[in-house]
This record gives sequence, C-alpha cells and structure tokens, in this order.
Amino acid sequence: MSDILLKIDAVSKRFTRKPGVVAAAIDRVTGKDSTVTVHAVSNVSLEVERGEVLGIVGESGCGKSTLGRIVSGIYAPTEGEVLLNGDIVAKEVHGAVQKQTTRVQMIHQDPFASLNPRMKVGEIIAEGPRIHGLIPAKEVNDRVGALLEKVGLERAYANRLPHQFSGGQRQRVAIARALAMSPELLVLDEAVASLDVSIQAQVLNLFIDLRKDLGLTALFISHDLSVVRHVCDRVAIMYLGRLVELAPASDLYEKPLHPYTSALFDSVPKLGVGKRSFAAIQGEIPSPINPPSGCAFHPRCPFAGPRCKVEIPTIAKAGTGRSVACHIHNGGTGAEASVPVFTEAAA
Amino acid sequence: MTAALEVRGLTTQFETRGGVVTAVNNVSFKVEPGKVLGLVGESGSGKSVTGFSIMGLIDNPGRVTAGEIFVHGVDMRKLSATEQRQMRGRDIAMVFQDPMMTLNPVLRIGDQMAMAVRVHEKTTKRAAWDRARAALEIVGIPSAGERLWAYPHQLSGGMRQRVAIATALLHQPAVILADEPTTALDVSIQGQILAEVRRLADETNTAIVWVTHDLAVISSFADDIAVMYAGRIVETGTAEEVIANPRHPYTRGLIESVPSLHQAGEKLPQIPGATPQLSKLPQGCPFRPRCNVANQACLGEPPAHDLSGRRVVCHRPLEAAA
Ligand SMILES: Nc1ncnc2c1ncn2[C@@H]1O[C@H](COP(=O)(O)OP(=O)(O)O)[C@@H](O)[C@H]1O
Ligand SMILES: Nc1ncnc2c1ncn2[C@@H]1O[C@H](COP(=O)(O)OP(=O)(O)O)[C@@H](O)[C@H]1O
Ligand code: SF4
Ligand SMILES: [Mg+2]
Ligand SMILES: [Mg+2]
Repeated sequence: MSDILLKIDAVSKRFTRKPGVVAAAIDRVTGKDSTVTVHAVSNVSLEVERGEVLGIVGESGCGKSTLGRIVSGIYAPTEGEVLLNGDIVAKEVHGAVQKQTTRVQMIHQDPFASLNPRMKVGEIIAEGPRIHGLIPAKEVNDRVGALLEKVGLERAYANRLPHQFSGGQRQRVAIARALAMSPELLVLDEAVASLDVSIQAQVLNLFIDLRKDLGLTALFISHDLSVVRHVCDRVAIMYLGRLVELAPASDLYEKPLHPYTSALFDSVPKLGVGKRSFAAIQGEIPSPINPPSGCAFHPRCPFAGPRCKVEIPTIAKAGTGRSVACHIHNGGTGAEASVPVFTEAAA
Repeated sequence: MTAALEVRGLTTQFETRGGVVTAVNNVSFKVEPGKVLGLVGESGSGKSVTGFSIMGLIDNPGRVTAGEIFVHGVDMRKLSATEQRQMRGRDIAMVFQDPMMTLNPVLRIGDQMAMAVRVHEKTTKRAAWDRARAALEIVGIPSAGERLWAYPHQLSGGMRQRVAIATALLHQPAVILADEPTTALDVSIQGQILAEVRRLADETNTAIVWVTHDLAVISSFADDIAVMYAGRIVETGTAEEVIANPRHPYTRGLIESVPSLHQAGEKLPQIPGATPQLSKLPQGCPFRPRCNVANQACLGEPPAHDLSGRRVVCHRPLEAAA
C-alpha cells in the first residue's frame, strides 16, 4: 500500500500581465486587448509518497518555481488543488490562497537574500515556531541549539548575524529555519544552485543525512541533472509548464523516453568522458505567453510529425512507475508522428 | 609554435582596508592557436581578475604588480598605452558572463558591431555591417541579417551572449578570453554555444581561455586545464589527464565532489571548510587547512613540480594512478 503524502491534482497557474498605461490607452482607442497571459503551469498532476524525494527538473521558465510556490501555499492555483495528507492546502478562493500552510516549508536558491540581515540567526530560526506557538518560550533556546547542531553548525552561532556566514553556512541556517516548523513536506527550490561545488557537496551530504534521520519528504527542484540523480527517488521533467515525463530516477537516467528528456541529457556536459559534440537541442525555448500548438516541444523535436503540431499529448503510463507525454510513446506505433520535420532552427 | 597567449608570473593586488591582498598570485599559463584552455576554480579564486588583468581592466584600488603578457609573442606590458589599447579588442578580446557588459542597450546590434569594427579599421559602414553579419553567422545565429536590426532587449539571454561572442570575433583575434559566458544560460543553450566555440577554435585557429567553475564543461570541450585556488594556479595539464588523474589534492577534492561520479544517494567525499579570505590566508600552502594529506612541510611555500606535461604546486603531489 502506498502512502501518499502530497497530491497535486490537475494544477494550472496562469499569470496575466496587464498592459502598461500607454498600451492601456491605445487599447481603449483601438478596442484591442493587449493583456498577455503566461501559462506558467498547465494541468500538472503528481503524487509524492511519505518519505520520498521527488525531483522537478527543467530549463528556466518551465514553471518549476511556480509549482513549488503553489505546493507551499504561496500562490493559489488557477485551476486544480493540492492536498497534503488528504487536506486541501492550496486551492483558489476568490483569487487568493485559501490559507497559507505551515505544514510545507520552502528553501530558496539564494542564501543571501532569504535571511533577514538584521536578525540574529537564533531569532531567524525561532521566529516561525514562536509566531505559530509551536514551542514553549523557555524551550526555544534548546530547540534552536539542537537545530543548529542538526545542520552542522555550532550552538554558539545563534548569536551571529547572517553576514558573518559563508554561502554554504547560510543555506544550512535556511534549512534549520525550515525544519524548526516540523514540516511534513520540504520544497527545495534550486537550494544548492548558487553554491560552489565543494560547498554544494557539503550541503547535499547534509540533506542525505537529514533525510535518513528525519524521514523527510521533499520536492527537490533543480535544473542540475546530476544533483537530482544523486538525491531523488523519482524525477518529473517539465517543459513549458507541462509535465512531460515521470519516472524512477534510475530508470530515467538509464533510458529517457521523452525526446526532450533525452535531448536534455545529451546537452549536459559530463565529467570524464572526453571531448564530444553538443548541439543536442536545436533552437530556443519558446515563450510561455504563446506556447506552440500541439506538443509544446514539437518545434525543437527531431521526431515531430503532423499530429504533434496539432494535438497536445496527454501524459500516460509507459512501463512500471513511468509515464510520458509524447505521441511517439502514447500513440501505439507512433507511425503518424514519426515523420521528421525540418524546423526553422535546424535548417 | 608561438603561443597565441602566454602569461608569466602575473600578479595583481588590491589595496583594501584590511591591507594589500594578492588576488592573482604569480600566475603562468599559455594557450596555442586553435586550443581551448579551461581556467577553473571556485568563486573568489581569481579567475575574473586574471582576465581583467590581461585586458588592462584593473583600476584603483587594484594594480598589476608583476608579470608578462605575450600575445603572439609581443609583451603587451612593454607597449605604450596607445599600442596596448590597439591590441585589446583587436588581437585579444573578452566575453563576460553578462553580455550587457559588452552590448549597448540603446543601439541596434548592427550599429554597435559596425562601430566595433571601425574602432580598429577604416572601412565603409556597409562593409562593417557585412562583417557583423558574417560574425553572427559564425556563432550560429539564425537569420543573422535580421538580427542586426534588433536591439539587445529584443533578444534572449543566449542570443545576446552569442552576439557578444560574435563581437569579440570581429577582428579575428588571436585569443578570446571568455569569463563564465554560459553560467547563466540553460544547458540546451550552453550546449549549442560550446559546440559553436569548439568549432570556432578548430576552424579559425582562435585560441580560447574559457573561465568556468564547472569541471564538466572543461572536461567535455577544453584541451587543457588550469586549476586556480586562492589566486594561484595549483595544477595545469591536458584536460583529459588532469581529470582522469589529478595530482593536486585540491583538484582531486573538486573532482570527487561532483555527484555524477558516485552511486546515487551515497555521501559525497567533501572538501571540509570553505575557501579562505585573501586577507586571512593561512601560512604556507593556502589549501593546507582543508587538505587531507597536509603535513608539517605544508607550512612552507609549496614548490612547483614539473611532472611530464603536468605542473603541480604542492609539497605532496599525489601519486599517478597506475
Ligand atoms: N509572479 C509572476 N508574474 C508573472 N509571471 C510569472 C510570475 N512568476 C513566474 N512567472 C512566469 O511564469 C513562467 C514560469 O516561471 P517559473 O516558475 O519561475 O519557472 P522556473 O522556476 O522553472 O524557471 C515564466 O515565464 C515566468 O516569467
Ligand atoms: N575591486 C576589488 N577590490 C578588492 N578586492 C577585489 C576587487 N576585485 C576583486 N577582488 C578580490 O579578488 C578575488 C578574486 O576575485 P575574482 O577574480 O572575481 O574571483 P572569481 O572570478 O574566481 O570568482 C576575490 O577574493 C575578491 O575579493
Ligand atoms: S602543499 Fe600540502 S597542504 Fe597544500 S595541497 Fe599540497 S599537500 Fe595539501
Ligand atoms: Mg525557478
Ligand atoms: Mg568571476
């Protein structure tokens, strides 16, 4: 029996960008409407088991952070809902998040921006539990000390200010602050992206230890495929707001199914394999304001056929624990989709 | 063969409130025509200051205090200021992490590239535009002719970086210094640019110094590698050999901490501690407090060893693997 902690159910998020003053005036005269809609996340469904770490991977602008913020209750989804242990944590009610949850905690990329520079580290860690009355006042110091030790810092550091710490240490403080809330789910958004390799290894090791000690459940958002492979059980690949592939990490890295996943893997430089050619993916990432018709990847896909231009592939099962959204895999033979087309960028 | 770029004993210092710090310390390396040298190190190791020093971009409170910079055999630091300015941009050009360091936001791509041509050469505007278009084509920009009419903000980040590289190429320089030009870009776009730059080196014989913190990038496209730590180059050699068989403890530590070399979920071998501040460097080898093979000898200045095509600055270079 699986024990589902997080259920993301058909979630979409659209942002509307209102025209500026001048454009609005022109709109009034011409009767046009220059409001643009960004399709940041489109119809994403995912489940995460208790104790599981799910990686969310994709290039910039594909909607990873937006999805993480919806799960954390920071943004309300435009459609769909997020359930934590069966309770709705994020659902739109009159255009706002119904109630921001403390049961999910998010850790951000930039350890320099995410800590208040004027607060002592001890206060930063204790703030959440204090406001929410999670621990009695007299136990706060002990709890802060224990958390600092848990993330590999000295108890005495509670009296220091964030600027007295290096990037890696600040990220440890951010992790301690999140753990202080005893969250059921952690959302790590590019949590090691701004750290140097040697420091990144230290923070990844901390995460591996904490996971073992505390049985953490986490969404691990990253654009770095080798980091994701290292710490995640399963991986979701996103492209232009949509989920295109979902698989256990080991299977995915062994044999990616979606053409985008495999092209992405091919364009990642690898250590120790010698010089090689790249140019695995042609063209640029299209805009989520006007996503391409059909499969959003079709203008860059070497296998795209006529069907790919018109029909959005739905995500469907493709082997044990795997699913993929691609006509080649979901349309049986895929014969109708496998005629290569010549794209502008490839020409 | 004369190296396209050879740097000997380059030293750059900054006056800070905490005293004089040496951001680039006795740095030497060379790049042959058509070769790519990867200059790798963690943040603050002095990679950018090395590039700025070579390009004459160090200003107060900084100063290049020693060293020779040979471009095609000519020692730039012996030339007059005017002669140096002529060489920079023409014989040696730099590409920055942020392409807007090169691009002017209020000018069309074609106009600013044509201006860059005409700084060093007397040509008609028409001919300069043609040169600009040809340079954009070399870096793989589709519909180059149309892009010349665009303003920088109308292009994606990856496209702007290609334009910056194309601008560096306008005078067919002997050397291009590229400072983390793909760090802010997505992997698919990075892959495209690496492929173009590699082709450029192979086909036009341009020498390239590619500055990065990413060992995998170096491994997959550079010929040689120079590893920097706390302002010094600690190991140089061919990229393939250094990565397969690092001889400096820091290089080994860096390589081992890359997750893709390990079983998923396994703890990574980690280098303890953090990079030292330049104002508080430890005595002797700057890597000593983090080094897992350090001994008493390491309290003294580490010597340079020449180990068959490899240069390692360390008291206790690692054994070559069998
Ligand atoms: N608050 C916002 N308002 C308008 N557009 C947004 C907002 N947040 C994100 N977007 C847009 O939504 C898309 C997805 O962004 P994001 O979730 O940040 O992607 P990722 O984290 O994968 O890089 C992008 O096009 C981005 O510009
Ligand atoms: N203008 C400056 N004044 C004082 N120190 C500087 C200045 N510019 C750079 N430095 C110092 O030089 C060192 C190397 O910096 P840099 O070359 O930018 O590193 P990298 O590019 O490898 O990240 C840093 O420790 C930095 O503090
Ligand atoms: S000189 Fe000593 S401390 Fe420095 S890297 Fe070599 S062995 Fe380690
Ligand atoms: Mg993001
Ligand atoms: Mg730099």
